[in-house]
Order: sequence, then C-alpha cells, then structure tokens
Amino acid sequence: MTELIFYLFGALLTLSGAMVITLRNPVHSVLFLIFAFFNAAALFIMIGAEFIAMILVIVYVGAVAVLFLFVVMMLNINIAELKQGFLRYLPIGLGLALLIFVEILIAMNNSMEGMSEIPTANNSVHITNTTAIGHVLYTDYFYVFQASGVLLLIAMIGAIVLTLTHGKDARRQSIYKQVMRDPKETIELVKVNSGSGVKV
Amino acid sequence: MMLVGNISLFHFLVLGTLLFTIGACGLFINRKSVITILMSIELMLLAVNLNFVSFSIHLKDLGGQIFTIAILTVAAAEAAIGLAILVVYYRNSKTIDISEINKLKG
Amino acid sequence: MLQSLDNIALLLVFMPLVAAAIVGLTTRFIGDRPAQVITCTLVCLSALFSYYIFHQVIFHSQSIHIKLLNWFSTGTFVANWTIFVDSLTAVMFLVVTTVSALVHVYSVGYMGHDEFKPRFMSYLSLFTFCMLMLVSADNFAQLFFGWEGVGLCSYLLIGFWFKKPTANAAAIKAFLVNRVGDFGFALGIFLLYWTFGSIEYETVFESVATYKDQFVPFFGTEVNVITMICLLLFMGAMGKSAQIGLHTWLPDAMEGPTPVSALIHAATMVTAGVFMVARCSHLFEYSEVALGVVTLVGAVTALFAASIALVQNDIKRIIAYSTCSQLGYMFFACGVSAYSAGIFHLTTHAFFKALLFLGAGSVIHALSDEQDIRKMGGLWKKIPFTYGVMWIGSLALAGIYPFAGYFSKDIILEAAYASDTLCGHVAYWMGLCAALFTAFYSWRLIILTFHGNPRASQEVMDHVHESPLNMTIPLFLLAAGSIISGYIGYHYFGMVEYESPFWSGVLHTLSQHNALDAIHHVPEWVTLSPLIAGLSGILIAYTMYMFKPTLPQFVYSKTQKLYNILLNKWYFDEFYDLILVRFSKRLGRFCWRKADMVFIDGMPNGMASLSALMARAVSIVQSGFIYHYAFVMLFGLLCILSWALLLMK
Repeated sequence: MTELIFYLFGALLTLSGAMVITLRNPVHSVLFLIFAFFNAAALFIMIGAEFIAMILVIVYVGAVAVLFLFVVMMLNINIAELKQGFLRYLPIGLGLALLIFVEILIAMNNSMEGMSEIPTANNSVHITNTTAIGHVLYTDYFYVFQASGVLLLIAMIGAIVLTLTHGKDARRQSIYKQVMRDPKETIELVKVNSGSGVKV
Repeated sequence: MMLVGNISLFHFLVLGTLLFTIGACGLFINRKSVITILMSIELMLLAVNLNFVSFSIHLKDLGGQIFTIAILTVAAAEAAIGLAILVVYYRNSKTIDISEINKLKG
Repeated sequence: MLQSLDNIALLLVFMPLVAAAIVGLTTRFIGDRPAQVITCTLVCLSALFSYYIFHQVIFHSQSIHIKLLNWFSTGTFVANWTIFVDSLTAVMFLVVTTVSALVHVYSVGYMGHDEFKPRFMSYLSLFTFCMLMLVSADNFAQLFFGWEGVGLCSYLLIGFWFKKPTANAAAIKAFLVNRVGDFGFALGIFLLYWTFGSIEYETVFESVATYKDQFVPFFGTEVNVITMICLLLFMGAMGKSAQIGLHTWLPDAMEGPTPVSALIHAATMVTAGVFMVARCSHLFEYSEVALGVVTLVGAVTALFAASIALVQNDIKRIIAYSTCSQLGYMFFACGVSAYSAGIFHLTTHAFFKALLFLGAGSVIHALSDEQDIRKMGGLWKKIPFTYGVMWIGSLALAGIYPFAGYFSKDIILEAAYASDTLCGHVAYWMGLCAALFTAFYSWRLIILTFHGNPRASQEVMDHVHESPLNMTIPLFLLAAGSIISGYIGYHYFGMVEYESPFWSGVLHTLSQHNALDAIHHVPEWVTLSPLIAGLSGILIAYTMYMFKPTLPQFVYSKTQKLYNILLNKWYFDEFYDLILVRFSKRLGRFCWRKADMVFIDGMPNGMASLSALMARAVSIVQSGFIYHYAFVMLFGLLCILSWALLLMK
C-alpha cells in the first residue's frame, strides 16, 4: 500500500517537475510547480513530517508560487515569441543531466555502505511532528530561528528597495513641513474693500 | 533502512536526485524565460528538502527538519528578491528572453 | 735644466690639444679670426719647442720619460700615459709639428672662403695632438690610442665638407679600410702581451731574444711567435700607410681639402706605420720572414702605385699615388734592416710631399677649384712662385742631387742592393723602376699643368692669381726644407751612418743585418742608378709632352688595354666591391630585414599577438548567457564527481 502511494506521488512529482521546465506558457509552468509542491507535501506526510508538509504548502504554495504568478501576470509575456528554438540543445543537456544522475546515485550508493539502522529508544512517547519541532526549534536551534527572521526582514527590505519608484506625479505628504508650518508665512490679514477683490 | 513500510531511504534519495536533475536540466535547456530559471531553482530546493527530511526521519534527528524550515525561508527570500530583480530588469529592457541577456559578455 | 725640459715636452704635446679644445668646443661663437690665431700660435710654439727638444735629446743625449697618469694596471697588464722622447721620437716631433704648423698657417689662406673655419682648425690641432701622443708613447696601448685618434681625425677631416656625398663615402671608406689594418694591429698587441706578459716597450724589447724560438699554434700549424707578432703589427701598418691591399682609401681621401692631404696623407698619419715598424725594430730583427714580407710588400707597393700614377688625370690623385709609392720605399728600407734610412726618407718626404700638395693647392686655388690637369696649362708665367716651388718639390721627389730626395732615396736603393738577400734585390730593381716612373709622372704633371696652351676657359684664366702671403710663406719654408734637409741629414747629422751616434741604439739591428754598412762596398753603377733613372724619367716626360706632343696618343693606341688597367687602378676597388662589399651589404640587409625585423622583433610582437589570440579564444567561453554558465558549472560538478568516484574506487 505504502509503495503504491509512494510511487504514485513520486511519479506525479517527477512528471510535474518535467512539465515545469518544458512548458512554454509560464502560467502553466507555475501551476505545475504548485502541483509539484503538493505532491511533495503528500510524500512528507507519508513519512511522518506533517508539519514540514503543511509549512511547505502554506509558504511555498501560498506565498512563493503566488508571487510567481503575480510576476508572470505583471510581465505581460508574449507567448508567441516563446515557442521557438528549444530542441537544438536538448540532447547534450539531457546527456549531461543523465550523467550527473547516474554519478550521484553511484556516490550515494557507495557512501551508504556502512550505514546502519538507528535504534529507537525504549520509552518513546508518541508526539506529533509539530510538537517535536516546537521542542527543539526555540531551544536548541534558536539561532536558526532568529537568523531566519532577520533574513526575511532583509529580503523584504531588499525587494521593496529594488522595485520602488517614486511616481513622478504622485502627491506626497511631508510631515515635517506640515508640523513646522509657521503662521507668519502662511496667513496674511488683508483688508478688503467691499466690492473690490483681493489679489493673491 | 525502512522509512515507512517497504520504502527504504534509498527510494527517497533516488527520487530526490531525479528531481534535482530535472531542476538542473531546466537551467540550461530553457532559453526563453527567466521565470523558468527561478522555478527550476525552486525545484532543486524542493529536492534538497526531500533529501533532508528523509534523512531526518531515517536518522531520527530533528535537525534535518529544522534545516528544512530554514531552507524554506531562504527559498522564499530568494524567490522574492529574484522576482524583484526580474521586474526591474523587465522595466528597463522590456524583455525577459534569456538569449538576449548577454550584457556580461567578455 | 732637466726639469724645464720635461715641462717643455709636456707643453709641446698638450698645447695642440688645448687649442683644439678651446676652438672645438666653441666653434659656433668663437669667430674665425680668434680660432685661427689660437690654433696657429699654439702649434707654432709646439714646433719651436720641438727644435729645442731635438737639439737637447740628440746632441746633448738628454732623455725625457714623463709618466703622466696610470691608465691600466691590472696584474701584469700595465700601461701608463707617458711622454717618452728618444731620438726617434724627437725626429718625429720635429717633422710632425713643423709640417702641422705650416699647414695651419696655409689653411688660414686656403680655407678663406669656407664657412666652417674654426671647426677645421680645431680638427687640425686635434690631429696634431693625437699624432704626438702616438710618437711619444712608451707602451703599445698609448700607441694604439694615438693610432685610433689619427684615424678618427682623418675621418673627420676627409669628410669635412659633409654636404658632399662623395666626401662622406670617402671618409667612411678610409675609416673602414683602416679598421681592417687595426684588427691585425690589435691582434698583434694581444699576442705580444700573451707572449711577453707586458706591453711596455722597455720590457718587451729587452726580452725579445729569449722568445725568438717560441712557437704559437695558428690554424693547425705552428708559427714562430715573433714572426706572427710582426706580421700582425705590419698588417696595421699596411692599413695606416696604405700599402698594397689596403691602399684603396688613400686616393679617395683626396676628397678632403688640400691642407688635409698635405698634413695627414703625405707627412704624418701615413708615416705612422713606418714609425711603428722602426720603433719595433727590436722585434722585426728576429724574424727573417717578417722582414722579407715587409720588403716585398713595400717594393710591390712602390712599383704598383707609381704605375697607376702614370695615367691619372687629377692633380691630387697623382700626388696621392706618389705618396703611396714613397711609403713603399720607406717600408722596404725597413725591411732590409735599414731603419734609419727609412726614417730619413720619412723626414725628407714629409717636406717635399707637403710642398707638392700645398703647391697643388695653390694651383687649384688659382684656377678656381679646378683639379683636372687636362683642363690646365699655360700657367707658369702667371703664377711663377708656385711654378718654382713645384719644380723644387719634384726635383726633390725624383732624387736629383743636391735636393733632399737624392740622399734618402739613394741610400734606400743602395741598402736594398747591398742587403744581399733575394727580397732585397727584387726590391732594388722594383724601386729603380718606380724611380723612373716617379720622375716621369712628376714632370708630366708639371708640364701639363703649367706649360703649353691654356686649356681652361677664358674667365678662369682671367682669375688666375698668385696665392696670398699666408699661403706662400709655408710654401717657401717647405721648399727650403726640401732643398737642405737631405744634405743636412746625411752629412751634418749623420742620420744614416751605420751605428751612428744620432740614433744611439734606438733602432736595433742585428749584426748580420748590416746593410747600411755594406753600402760602402756596392759597385759604382748601383750608386749612380737612381740618379740616372730619375734623369731618364724627366727626359721621357719632356719628350712625350713638350717636344713631341703626338707621342702620348700613339703610345695610347698601342697599349689601350694596359692603359685602362692602370687608369682603373688595377681594378682593386671593383674587386673588393665584388668580393667584400656586395656580400657585406647583402649580409647586412639580411640581418636587418630577416633576423632583426622578422625574428627578433617578431618575438615580443609575436608574444603579444599570441596573448591576444589566446585571450580572444578564451573569451568565447564567457558568452554572457546564463544557461551557458549553468551548463559549465554542472559540467564541472560532473567532472569533480567522476574524479572523486574514481579515487574512491
């Protein structure tokens, strides 16, 4: 049963990965990326890391992929232009990828020779993945946690700085000017004769 | 080395490698769109996440999963910045065709 | 007394240098008259000092040996700057300074219309200084310095009118041909040092006898070292004194102004070779082979040069070949161990040859720079003084009693006959023949130049005038010298007596080389033969050019081929051009075009273009496309992985 689930989700994951890189329409690619994330989350749930799976879905799918979609929509890409010149470089790229795949497998195979099963503790208590992560995240891996926060802050600032432009005609407030407004420069009492206007 | 049922660690690792290779392929097969590059990178990071989590489960050490969270953070930040750069580049050159981005030609 | 003698010698040698320096370093703004006054005065003073020194050294047996400065002193190779005066040097001082002073004064008049007078005067003084250094050396290094110095001054003076391309070419030719001789000379000095361990005259000359049987390897065979040294030194003398083979520069040197020809190419520089052979008499005496070579070369040159002079048409060239011929006489005199006769002839020759050159200069000046004797004629009434001195000079040259040449030439020919060797006898007959030729061409020159109908244009003849006083006074003094110097030298000084007190052992002769003694025992006809040869030559010249003017044409028609050979100087220049000059030019051109421009310049240029090429090739890799970079990175990863896996296996 588990094998079936594994192979199913694995195959779907691989397939959607392949689709991501081969489709020409970028919106389709993003959608398949989302699909890949979902399949990966399923696999994570299968092996018992459900917190990670949920985080994957929430963050990756909910934030990153949506961001991708935003940008794809914004950029107004001309799809017709993209349907050209794809197959010329396919053979050599595939060849290289195949070689790398094989080599990594061989490397992993060789390095796994001395690995043994880690024994489970006798008095193990069954807690959820979330609880488990919560036990260590804020204590042992505190710095990772904080660093991630800082990183996110910096990324946010970076993204804003990169893309922010002051619109030329946008009206802005300058709080400083408003507060330092001096009545003597702004108000002038003028005696007006009735009937004749006032020159400003 | 059974992670769950009859699936061993090795299966997951193979899957991870496969996904990684697909993502790597995507980097240089694609010649048309910068977004595809960014998505290939996300795929590779996903493969790495898979690797980490399967090892974490196998070695019964939560460090792998914590690191996965960190990777997630980094991936999000990197996607954001990458897309910001892309947007600014698009503003200046009105195209995201890779074969026209060769300004660093030596 | 001794103290002041040293000072006088010092002044004598260095005053010309001072004059040359003062005038030479300020040629642009010193002005003509001050330049002439400074140089003439100082050189005339040197001349007067030379008389005093001559008197002191020879008749009061003083000797001067002043060490000025140390030049080399590395191990046994010691050479100093010195002023060493013995009888030979004193005679040379007298000759050099007298002729130089007279030429300086003459140049004031002759170069009157030239625009570079100060430069000329300074060159003349510089030359005088170098010549004086040469003769007052006490080691071979200073001799070589003077040798090179006079060569340099000769180059500067021949090419004085540097705007004429022929003058420049002649100057280079003189320098190069001299160089060939100097190469042999330098090798001789090296061998000298290698054998004797020293290059100072004293050390070398005293120990010659101990080395006379030593051999030195030469291209596989063993040669007597003294012979080798002498032959190499003689090669230098051949170059400097224009002996056959290295004579080609002397006629072309007539491109320089006439005073230069008189000073350098008649009286002083070309006689440096003879001086050197006489100075090295201690060496030459021990090598029969070298003496024989010297004799033969000298004799052949005497005859060869005289034969060419028979048919030349440029007045200065005739006199130049005459010089070449007389130098041959001096050399074969030394070759038969009659060194004093050679030096005696050097002295008298200096006077009458300088006289002839300056007289020719006077003629050229009178005829507005015409040098071809075929365009002269009918001048003797218009410039009688010049005519008179030319007669005196020619009489001295031909060896007619009682003029100077008679005594010196006679002694040489008698010594050659008396020396009783094969070379000596050959030299005698050749010398006699040359004497005939000498008289002939001298009178041909006089008759064609001064007699007959004027062949120059009317306006040139209208300009004919006698030279100014500053040209005639030197001519007068030289004429006086030509008349009396022979008689005085022979009878009064006893210059050529066998083992005479005049030389007091400076010129060394071995007892078996007693030619000068044996001349008293030669047959009567031998003593008269030079005189008869001279008179016959004069007679033939008169017949051909004065009495029967159609005779030369007739002779020419019978001997056209021979005439052409003689006119073209026995084709020596053409021969050298074919063998040496063309080859050198081709070699030089090859070295320039191929070796230098292509190969040597190509190496750095090639390196640079190679780097550029490689850079271009490598820059293709950096295409600017991200997918290329990604591909390459992955490829690198693949390579590292493979390597790691292979290692692990």
